[in-house]
Amino acid sequence: MILVSIADSVWFDAAKLPTLVFAIIAIAIVLYTTFHRKSREKFKVREISGLSAVEDAIGRATEMNRPILYTPGWGGDIQRPTTIASMNILSHVAAKTARYDCRLVFPTHDPVIMSVAQEVVKESYAQSGHSDRLRLDDIQYVTSSQFGYAAAVEGMISRLKPASIFLLGTFEAESLILAETGNIEGAIQIAGTDSTIQLSFFIVACDYTLIGEELFAASGYLSGDPSILASVRAQDILKVLLVVALFIAMIWVSINPDSSWWVM
Amino acid sequence: MRRRIPQIICAFFGVAVFVLYFSPHRIARAINLAIVNDYFQIIFAFTLLVGVISFFKINLISIQRGADRSYRLVGLLGLVSMPVLALGWGLRGGSPFMWVFENVQVPMQATVFALLAFFVASASFRGFRARSTQATILLLSALIMLISRSSIGDYIWQGIPDAAEWVRNYPSMSARRAILIGIGLGSLTTSLRVIIGIERTWLGGEK
Repeated sequence: MILVSIADSVWFDAAKLPTLVFAIIAIAIVLYTTFHRKSREKFKVREISGLSAVEDAIGRATEMNRPILYTPGWGGDIQRPTTIASMNILSHVAAKTARYDCRLVFPTHDPVIMSVAQEVVKESYAQSGHSDRLRLDDIQYVTSSQFGYAAAVEGMISRLKPASIFLLGTFEAESLILAETGNIEGAIQIAGTDSTIQLSFFIVACDYTLIGEELFAASGYLSGDPSILASVRAQDILKVLLVVALFIAMIWVSINPDSSWWVM
Repeated sequence: MRRRIPQIICAFFGVAVFVLYFSPHRIARAINLAIVNDYFQIIFAFTLLVGVISFFKINLISIQRGADRSYRLVGLLGLVSMPVLALGWGLRGGSPFMWVFENVQVPMQATVFALLAFFVASASFRGFRARSTQATILLLSALIMLISRSSIGDYIWQGIPDAAEWVRNYPSMSARRAILIGIGLGSLTTSLRVIIGIERTWLGGEK
């Protein structure tokens, strides 16, 4: 009762102060690197083999006259940054399939993702000047059930025999079912997810795997947009800051094991 | 304008949800819940209708063309029959809907899930070939984990469960945390790019 009345009258949760401080620092760094002219100047981005292979994967499908299958997994909805990152990559893949006149099949478990993907693909085809090649029916909602979705996509892989498969998004238990089916069919597979458990399955079963942050950097990497690349640089700055903070905490806790000032 | 309005709405709700996260106040929690749950449910309900219509249309066209006719028919039959059974006889235990759910859908889902065991075996066979130093370390770690999880682990050597715990808690956990930090920072910058409007792919493109 007391807790309820306190929560009802307080506007700021003091326990979340460290989160707020880090969030403000992070936002400031991202905004600075994005909008500061000098920060946006050209800098080197290391090669991400999974993203460099996108062109080869689409070229292979075109040469073999087979479709490309792209799916964002069962685990995420459109609110998830991983799904947004996946849509960014889809946009680039769709632009290339439009240019090469290669069929792009996109099954999903979420009707919201289906609607967004249809818009993204439609725009990519329009910008490539090949709207006539668009097959909007190939971007389809299959089912919201996890293993229903796994069975539907597995069936598509077995029947359509895509030359290249993109498994980019949030995956759960269906990840290995899809990746192994693609492997059996001999497709080039490019995968990436934010689930650390499923990453190990993708590494074993797929040709290229985008690990963690590489998935989020893909948009800037593929488009070369300086604003987006600048935010990738912000990620690296934040990572260095975190490592420094971890070292300080490590030394601190070694000197004074009872100290816990960083835990509010 | 077609893109500017959704962008403004997205920025507004992005900032609002961020600010509301730090407040335990009753009003703040109610607004947060309304945005995260209620608004999304409403959007989902409308797009679900779009999804079902799209599913129906695509399958109907494919049946007419004769492509994968049998699979498409089964899919459409399920889509039509389940709501009919639910509306006609209800969702109680023993109703036709529950009978189909328990005797058709659940076993089918279990069958697909069971495939995972075979796929894990085939993927492990490929992944654990000791072709390099790293692959050998991976193979040894996997062997320790496998033996520690089986009943003979303790009989072979009592230190095996401790070794497995050490692999889980130190090398594996540190690598996992490093990846998680990258994912967290990637999520943060992607969200910020969407909120401040430099990432517009989700709206369908640039123009």
